Amino acid sequence: MSRHVLSLLVEDRPGTLTRVAGLFARRGFNIESLAVGHTEVDGLSRITAVVDVEDLPLEQVTKQLNKLVNVIKVVELDPSQSVQRDHLLIKVRVDRTTRSEVLEAVTLFRASVVDVAPDSLVIEVTGDTGKTEALIKLLEPYGIKEMAQSGLLAIGRGGKSITERVFKN
Amino acid sequence: MSEDKLSPAGKKSSAPVMSGAEAVVRSLELLGVTDVFGLPGGAILPVYDPLMDSSKLRHILVRHEQGAGHAAEGYASATGKVGVCIATSGPGATNLVTAIADAYMDSVPMLAITGQVFSHLMGTDAFQEADIVGITMPITKHSILVTDAADVPGALAAAYEIASTGRPGPVLVDITKDAQQNEAPFVWPPVIDLPGYRPVTKAHGKQIQAAAELIAESKKPVFYVGGGIVRGRAAAELKTLVDKVGAPVVTTLMARGAFPDSHPYNLGMPGMHGTVPAVLALQEADLLITLGARFDDRVTGKAALFAPNAQVIHVDIDPAEIGKIRAAEVPIVGDLKDVLPELTAAFASEIGKKKLDITAWWNRLNALREEYPLGYSEPTDGLLSPQAIIKRIGELSGPEAIYAAGVGQHQMWAAQFIQYERPNAWLNSGGAGTMGYSVPAAMGAKVAEPQRTVWAIDGDGCFQMTNQELATCTINNIPIKVAIINNSSLGMVRQWQTLFYSGRYSNTDLNTGHDTVRIPDFVKLADAYGALGIRVTREDEIDAAIKLALETNDRPVVIDFVVSADAMVWPMVPQGVSNSYVQYARDHAPSWDEEE
Repeated sequence: MSRHVLSLLVEDRPGTLTRVAGLFARRGFNIESLAVGHTEVDGLSRITAVVDVEDLPLEQVTKQLNKLVNVIKVVELDPSQSVQRDHLLIKVRVDRTTRSEVLEAVTLFRASVVDVAPDSLVIEVTGDTGKTEALIKLLEPYGIKEMAQSGLLAIGRGGKSITERVFKN
Repeated sequence: MSEDKLSPAGKKSSAPVMSGAEAVVRSLELLGVTDVFGLPGGAILPVYDPLMDSSKLRHILVRHEQGAGHAAEGYASATGKVGVCIATSGPGATNLVTAIADAYMDSVPMLAITGQVFSHLMGTDAFQEADIVGITMPITKHSILVTDAADVPGALAAAYEIASTGRPGPVLVDITKDAQQNEAPFVWPPVIDLPGYRPVTKAHGKQIQAAAELIAESKKPVFYVGGGIVRGRAAAELKTLVDKVGAPVVTTLMARGAFPDSHPYNLGMPGMHGTVPAVLALQEADLLITLGARFDDRVTGKAALFAPNAQVIHVDIDPAEIGKIRAAEVPIVGDLKDVLPELTAAFASEIGKKKLDITAWWNRLNALREEYPLGYSEPTDGLLSPQAIIKRIGELSGPEAIYAAGVGQHQMWAAQFIQYERPNAWLNSGGAGTMGYSVPAAMGAKVAEPQRTVWAIDGDGCFQMTNQELATCTINNIPIKVAIINNSSLGMVRQWQTLFYSGRYSNTDLNTGHDTVRIPDFVKLADAYGALGIRVTREDEIDAAIKLALETNDRPVVIDFVVSADAMVWPMVPQGVSNSYVQYARDHAPSWDEEE
């Protein structure tokens, strides 16, 4: 299996996400992560999906996605040609003895503390999957109380945009 | 969608104001729809009121929504036009589901309109509420929920466009009751805003050239022709290409009639119950010229062992079909009606004054044809042969008639033993395999083509699933002819039990035939529905019954052909093995390894 990042430009209509997610499920694809949000164009949303599949079935699912009427465009984003980011909120257990060590890790990772309590900190971190995983590993010994993670976000490098070619037609 | 988006500038003030329900009727009229099949209920009631006053729309009241769905399919499959069916919310809509799934599998252009509960009640488990858009997502080409009266024309026009273009398929439009009741300006033509829908029709010139070269170099080419030829109205273009190339043709279950059976190049149907020459032609070919076919498992057998030495040219309007099952050396995405003439021209210039030399290939295939012609053996129990009856129906009714089959043994025999000479003459449920398709599909076909003889070739099992539509036929003067091939059992299942379950007939006996209680009695049932019922149990009655049916056009006809339950469909490729293991008859496999 190999990991692929798909970026879908879709119409912002009720049911679009269901259609996309349903298609993945129906054709037996496991979605590792999913992120949905508006784009710079009114009425268009962007779905970033990380899937774990071989190349041939990926081609099939891409073709099937393209057949969905509400899907305008599907591109696969190559890691070397795109910026890919995870976004995490981690609540970690701290006390007087460990707080400074945790804060040091936060600084080293260029993360930030967004909430402080006597026995915990909430840390916000953005980065590629390698970086966020490393921070989690580092914080684990202190005790991670809870964690919320966004789906992977990705955008192509360089001046081109996923929406521009759509509107040339 | 906002009202502004729908209204081209300046037209807004002049647009007549009407209810969403009136807009449904008006939109259908303007789309050119002339016949709709449906059954009203609470959530679609507003539409049925203006429907009553329409002089352009004929509404045929069915007895079950599934009947409306299959009738719309039969209507569409007989003509290529979009078939339209209407149902209410909840169970009305869910009763359409089987027909919608069927249309999806066989790429039938269909528009299904369903009523939905008031938009403020949606999501509350209201009376007769079902999320039909959600339920049908995996089995529709697209679906649209309409909650605003102003959106009705745009939604129906978009649905019609999607259903009928590209690879055709079913589209569902679900309209809430308030969207039907509220008033809005009716703007026509509406702006159809489908930025994500761009079916490819123009093929790549380089690929066509590559295909022409492959054909010109091939030694053992076969045209593997699928239902796309019928849906794409490309039968004439196909014939021109085939005549130019001179290669053999196989027509899949969905493509019976796409190429004339009388043509010397036609080897018949391939697949699980295909002719031996058709099955082995594909298996031994060095080139498959695949046209609007999709390598269905019933055609390929075990796909990894299918046509092992063949290169593949694959032409389809749906890019997702190409490479789905079998990789194609030359993929061509395009509309067959445009691609085939281009391919013919490219081949002609490629081959020049020469001729494709495939004499050895034809010798092999002609030897197979001689040794393994399509045939059947008479039943040993003295009862009627189902194959003989079906053959006779075809001979007496001719190629201009329409034949709609159910699903099972009788379907295979109808595909094998009726000569099809034109597309749209053969209707069946190929992909979904929906028992009960035939009677309502025949009804729909007869509405579309009233001047043609329309047969429902049905089984005793299938017939009991949808025969209520005989009432619709009788009352609306739709004189279809039903031939029940009554073997008193779920015949195809029984055949598998004979072959693969040591003859243990678990739950396949229907007690409708010879020496049984005959429940129901099909002749009495026909009579109860106001149809002419005829029972045939002897060979010398067959022709007379068919002729009487052909002469009777003031009401439907039902012939109960009581046949042997032991007749089996041959040839057969057992499931899950290579097509090389095709059996001509039980324990009789052709010597496919004789060659080379």
